[in-house]
Amino acid sequence: MSEVILLAVTGVGLGAIYFLVASGLSLIYGLMHVLNFAHGVFLTLGAFLGLEVAQRLGASTWTGFAVSLLVGALAGAAFAALTERVLVQKLYNRHIEQVLVTVGLGLAAVALFDGIWGTDPRFPRGPAWLSETTTIGGANIPNIVFVAIISAAAVLAAVVLFLKHTRYGMIIRAGVENRAMVTALGIDVRNAFTLVFTIGGAAAGIGGVLASHHFGYVSPMLGQTLLIFAFIVTVIGGLGSLIGAAVASVLVALLQQFANFYLWGTGDFAVVILLALVLLTRPSGLMGRKA
Amino acid sequence: MTSRNTQNMDTRVKDKVSAMRAAAAPPADDAGATGSRSRLLGLIAPVGLVVLLACLPLLNLSIPGVLPGATYTPGTLHLLALAMVMAGAALSYNLLFGVAGLLSFGHALYFGLGAYGLGIVMEELELGLVPATLVVIMAGIVLSTILGAVSLRVTGIPFAMVTLAFAQAGFVLVRKNPGGLTGGEEGLRLPTDYVPDWLVGVADTRNLYWVALGALVLAFVIATWVQRSRAGHVAEAVRENELRVQVLGMRPFLVKLAIFVAASVIAAGMGMVHLLLNSGAVPHTMSAEFTISLLLMVVLGGVGSRWGAVAGAFVYVILSQRLAVLAQSSAIDDLPAVLAIPLSEPMFILGTIFILVVLFLPGGLAALGLRARALFSRRARSQLADGERTPGDLVQEDDQRS
Repeated sequence: MSEVILLAVTGVGLGAIYFLVASGLSLIYGLMHVLNFAHGVFLTLGAFLGLEVAQRLGASTWTGFAVSLLVGALAGAAFAALTERVLVQKLYNRHIEQVLVTVGLGLAAVALFDGIWGTDPRFPRGPAWLSETTTIGGANIPNIVFVAIISAAAVLAAVVLFLKHTRYGMIIRAGVENRAMVTALGIDVRNAFTLVFTIGGAAAGIGGVLASHHFGYVSPMLGQTLLIFAFIVTVIGGLGSLIGAAVASVLVALLQQFANFYLWGTGDFAVVILLALVLLTRPSGLMGRKA
Repeated sequence: MTSRNTQNMDTRVKDKVSAMRAAAAPPADDAGATGSRSRLLGLIAPVGLVVLLACLPLLNLSIPGVLPGATYTPGTLHLLALAMVMAGAALSYNLLFGVAGLLSFGHALYFGLGAYGLGIVMEELELGLVPATLVVIMAGIVLSTILGAVSLRVTGIPFAMVTLAFAQAGFVLVRKNPGGLTGGEEGLRLPTDYVPDWLVGVADTRNLYWVALGALVLAFVIATWVQRSRAGHVAEAVRENELRVQVLGMRPFLVKLAIFVAASVIAAGMGMVHLLLNSGAVPHTMSAEFTISLLLMVVLGGVGSRWGAVAGAFVYVILSQRLAVLAQSSAIDDLPAVLAIPLSEPMFILGTIFILVVLFLPGGLAALGLRARALFSRRARSQLADGERTPGDLVQEDDQRS
């Protein structure tokens, strides 16, 4: 029983990290129809800068950890906003070129991180409490898992509140629904594009700092590795659906954890098979609109 | 009265049809003589190039700065052979992306299948090179048919993601080293017992070079044939307007699947040559980065152009090798860190070039070539006037409604 609890809770924790990456991807795709291959790079930059700041301020203090989360979010947001303004907006409405540009940026940025921080993984240290465990129902669960779950839930709540109750949130939701109509009403959707990238980048940056503590390392490839699972999550959840992304993140992570433990480390295959099944039965994803 | 009317209609329809045919036919040259002459010229250039490439191992040519040494040295031959293998793979990717408009991020799966598959089949089934090749090609057909049928249920960006996921599963599989078959991170070593002696060893690099050249020529011929076949034309039509093709009573799904399988089989073939050339296979050949490098070559060369894909692959392979050498030179080390770090990363430079090509030269090298030819030839000028094709024009979008 304790095994199951452990796997379930850590699975939800992993799902939380997937969600932080996938939420931005899904929003960006929903509004702009851009598959952002550079999204993992936002995460990696957040993780590295968070690590550097935490080391300067004292890695084992709570202030250091909090500031590293903040710096991660800001770094991801700034990088994402810059990407949108400088590269993606130049190719307005040319979706394939936009994808290609983000692919190029992903390659170039990973190589740059290699040059700056080296290819070897670096190991972040956090407050001592993070690496300790809490016992629930006989299972010793690492505390970082709870932090990841709470952070992801907070991000989900914040984004949902923003989308539901602010003017810009309304424009974004309307844009996902019918972009041509929003433009026809005289609203400049391009600001909404930058905003969506910024929000996605910030979520990815937070995800980066949390992922570095969750997995215990940061390497230049960290983001791009997570990105592939985030893609799978967004397809399963339904492109453009935030709630779909949240549900699919947890589903995918739980499946991965349980299959890894009970089915001889086949978690990654189980996820791909789930993807194939979802596509065969519901090509638009669990919560996607009918294509 | 009625019959005359129908007759009238008949001739009108006939006129229209012949006009459409004329429009669809390639621009005719001024006279038949020049037409056959230019066709002959069009054949002489490629044949001459192949003969020249085939003679390189026997010649002592050096191009300082581009090739690492004289053309008969094993190092240079290995580099050129690698470029040819990648050119063949890029051709197959161009078939998917440039002809059928399918943006796949999982093409490396089939290249890796060829490389790993050949090694495993020779080692485990104790087959010789030729029968093992046939087994792997059969496996490639079966696998690409199954996975293609699933992933073609979606188009556009979702298709890209699904193919990425399948390739990722393959990548994880070869790294896990199931049953000690794939060698995990270290990779698989070529089982030399089952390979003819003349293909093993550094001294035989020139034989491998000729094999790679032969494979590239074969890949080019198959790619040309597929593109000019009925399936190729229908695939191009599907790319432009899928609904209209369906209305005409054809089945876009089957055509796209046929192109997908053909491209996958070519990729598997090039993967097998890659195994021989590098005396082994590493997980990188199945990774998403490998597919992205193929995409890079195709876009660099000009999407939809076969010569562009080949040129793009040569530029990519030689540039990444030369940039890696340059990165270790003292000229770079002496620069301040702000310059030295980006310049010592070949992928940074290639990625930046790629972004610049997408932003400012959407037609790639092929467009440059066309502009150069337009200075001399009227036909190239008229092609140029039709407008360049950009990568985005080619890919079917699932969101045309919005």
